[in-house]
Amino acid sequence: MSSAVDLSLAELRDALKAKKVSSREATDAYLARIDKAGALNAYVTVTAEKARAMADASDAKLAKGEGGPLEGAPLGIKDLFCTEGVQSTAGSRMLKGFLPPYESTVTSQLWRDGAVMLGKLNMDEFAMGSSNETSYFGNVVNPWRRTDGGNADLTPGGSSGGSSAATAARLCAAATGTDTGGSIRQPASVTGTVGVKPTYGRCSRWGIVAFASSLDQAGPIARDVRDCAIMLKSMAGHDPKDSTSIDRPVPDYEAAVGASVKGLKIGVPREYRLDGMPSEIEELWAKGVDWLRDAGCEILDISLPLTKYALPVYYIVAPAEASSNLARYDGVRYGHRASEFKDIKSLYENTRAEGFGDEVKRRILIGTYVLSAGYYDAYYLRAQKVRKRIFDEFVDAFTKVDLILTPSTPSAAFGLGEKSDDPVQMYLNDVFTVTGNLAGLPGGSVPAGLDGQGLPLGLQLLARPFDEETLFKGMAAIEKAAGPQGRPTDWWTS
Amino acid sequence: MSEPRKLLQGATGDWEIVVGLEVHAQVSSQAKLFSGAPATYGAGPNENVSLVDAAFPGMLPVLNAYCVEQAVRTGLGLNAKINLWSRFDRKNYFYPDLPQGYQISQYKDPIVGEGEIEVELDDGEIVRVGIERLHLEQDAGKSIHDLAPKESYVDLNRSGVALMEIVSKPDIRSADEAAAYFSKIRTIVRYLGTCDGNMEEGSMRADVNVSVCRAGNYQKFRDTGDFSHLGTRTETKNVNSIRYVRQVVEYEARRQIEALESGGKIDQETRLFNVATGETRTMRSKEDAHDYRYFPDPDLLPLELDAAWVEKIKASLPELPDQKRRRFVEKLGLSAYDASVLSADRVKADYFETVAEGRDGKLASNWVTTELFGALNKAGLDIEDSPIEAPALGKLIDLISDGVISGRIAKDVFAIMFESGGDPEKIVEDKGLRQVTDTGAIEKIVDDIIAANPEQVAQVKEKPKTFGWFVGQAMKASGGKANPQALNEILKKKLGVD
Repeated sequence: MSSAVDLSLAELRDALKAKKVSSREATDAYLARIDKAGALNAYVTVTAEKARAMADASDAKLAKGEGGPLEGAPLGIKDLFCTEGVQSTAGSRMLKGFLPPYESTVTSQLWRDGAVMLGKLNMDEFAMGSSNETSYFGNVVNPWRRTDGGNADLTPGGSSGGSSAATAARLCAAATGTDTGGSIRQPASVTGTVGVKPTYGRCSRWGIVAFASSLDQAGPIARDVRDCAIMLKSMAGHDPKDSTSIDRPVPDYEAAVGASVKGLKIGVPREYRLDGMPSEIEELWAKGVDWLRDAGCEILDISLPLTKYALPVYYIVAPAEASSNLARYDGVRYGHRASEFKDIKSLYENTRAEGFGDEVKRRILIGTYVLSAGYYDAYYLRAQKVRKRIFDEFVDAFTKVDLILTPSTPSAAFGLGEKSDDPVQMYLNDVFTVTGNLAGLPGGSVPAGLDGQGLPLGLQLLARPFDEETLFKGMAAIEKAAGPQGRPTDWWTS
Repeated sequence: MSEPRKLLQGATGDWEIVVGLEVHAQVSSQAKLFSGAPATYGAGPNENVSLVDAAFPGMLPVLNAYCVEQAVRTGLGLNAKINLWSRFDRKNYFYPDLPQGYQISQYKDPIVGEGEIEVELDDGEIVRVGIERLHLEQDAGKSIHDLAPKESYVDLNRSGVALMEIVSKPDIRSADEAAAYFSKIRTIVRYLGTCDGNMEEGSMRADVNVSVCRAGNYQKFRDTGDFSHLGTRTETKNVNSIRYVRQVVEYEARRQIEALESGGKIDQETRLFNVATGETRTMRSKEDAHDYRYFPDPDLLPLELDAAWVEKIKASLPELPDQKRRRFVEKLGLSAYDASVLSADRVKADYFETVAEGRDGKLASNWVTTELFGALNKAGLDIEDSPIEAPALGKLIDLISDGVISGRIAKDVFAIMFESGGDPEKIVEDKGLRQVTDTGAIEKIVDDIIAANPEQVAQVKEKPKTFGWFVGQAMKASGGKANPQALNEILKKKLGVD
């Protein structure tokens, strides 16, 4: 049998249950790979000791024929999730060394179901970024390389770049991510992995470092659609500690994977066709349409005219909430504190000047500005009104269609450093994904092909609120039609 | 026209005072507004602090339903409109005792809207003061600067405690009215059990807004709603007693009039009250004012209330002070003044009602307001600490009504009860204070006095006023125990007077 790290999460689960492999073996195999993957910089913290202890405990349960749905499966956790007694940085100097005395709801549900924690995954600082370059702990490198032989380091996407790279490079069986404007779907798309952002309210936000509260949502990044379904089942659920989490039963998502899509109505929104979009993206989208039609879906052209306002609205709402959410990092109770200060004001100023990186500062400034007296109505209030209309537009569209098909990203993985000087170019990465956050819809990115440089490209499906089952059905249909996309070589092994 | 009593004389003419109060009342609740941490007073520093209160990363607020109920109850007690849809906003500013970097409050859509209350002044006049709104918000923690020379300490026990901010309309027109209004709010929340009104523990405090304008301008403001007719206001923060509220209004009005009359102007600013000097001073000017960047808290959903639930709370409200005052006058025959005094405090009112239960209301009121309150006052005790329980005082009144003791003896019994407690009946028995109603015994006393004082007996027919002398002698001889009515009748019969 092949190495445990080559198994999908579903395969590993079955192998563990059949005692073909032990959790300890799988865990050690992953830890060995992580050890050699320094070049990718995917992990901020590796919790080897904890992982082995958890694996041993899982093996003991498995030996007795017990254990949860994820028993013994080694996972990577985005460093935005607070994990008890384990450094949780949010990719920021501000939280370097921060050891939360509590466990986030989502991760505690993973451990409840038997998963093993390999460590904490690198990410853009406070989840603000689309390339992983804003991390205080250095950027993550995409395990995929162009076939041009140039060996340029590419972005793994962001902000869940550690999660996407680690999943693509087999440094974990699957990973958690969070998605505020596309931070799961965009990195999944550029690393040939599957990423799902569930409906807003489906996963508890309790214990996840907040970026933009009305947009943040946890979700999985995994190697295939089934694995995402397995992960989401454990991550989702009502949490009385999060007032925005929704109390409704969590369906068996895995059962939807492979179910027939015959008769589903697929909307293709014409406004997602951008000027200057690479033809490869356009062609891939057309292929996706064909695959779904061939699988028995009905294809409908739809119009979402407010799409063009989504990015501007997002870049008002998200920074506004962030500017307030990040006010708590003041150096008083935890986290970084400047060593030089003369009074409370300079303590704040120096702490925040040192603790936050440029992108975080930029967004705090934008957010503070749009909430200021005299600007609130023109920016924040207006943005919220447009946001409501974007939601209404989707509600209307979903009276006619069951799923909406779009590209996941406007391009394949770009080179690290290529866009880091131009925030607007960087923000455009989220153009297809932010609408799902603004409207709170579930969405997922599934690998659909490679571009001319051999880099993975993804297609996105959006579904009705809380209709993740249909989403998984559609994603699995695309996955099946697209066939295996291959995997990156282990060029990074040291 | 301006009412003369509301005018304040300046060197250059008459002025009017306009006052608005923002009363912060801590919600009586076991737990804080958005965290499960205890909201109790008196814990050691930072003992009542949850991860939510300390604003750890990823912590989220969950609204305490009981605090919502308390706010609704208070709104109903203020005769105010309950907003079935309200929302929580974030008020953003940096301070070490504000761990989140924002206070969760209600800005645009408060839980309670407009209302009105009646306020009695000392002279018995009743003025009506409008309520602008009531909203729920979190309290901040406490910064302590005097524990160490170079360091400041922060106690987060209060961080997140639920407050109701009750905002009046600018309907208050004098220092007396301001004090009476503040006192009335306290009475109402204590009646409702929604705030304990304990100002020493910080459960209640007021921000006092004061402005002055030339006589007649207030009426113009009322007629037009145009605030430009009013003067620039100052806001004096955290005033925590009824007396201080009065002092702040008096001081600020005088200060502002003097400043304006000497050619100066009033800055819109926040001021602090100095308890020691009775003066206010600038805390921060308008230029230093924060831009709070209010916006709806995305961690919380809008608060939607069920109309039937509000009705249920309304039906469960206790009788409120104004209703009680009216009932005391109309049903129990009390004077307006006594009714006011007794209804102003629920504990006093409850005490009185226990005493008055099944007895003459006026007699009960006299004993409670005159004898008991007088004695308590002299001893420096609150009604809660009264050595005489209400049922015992009721019994004492029964002893008078039943003719067991006279009113005069009752005062002696009262004094004993106040001093060392005890049951009035037993005291009367033990001390042999039972009134003599045995006519035979009284006749014997009267006969003895008549026999011993022939001159007075001869006089009494011409000078009926000397009859009182016989009453006094006979009462003295009986040790005060003779039933006064019986004694009177016997004396009249034996002396042959009418």
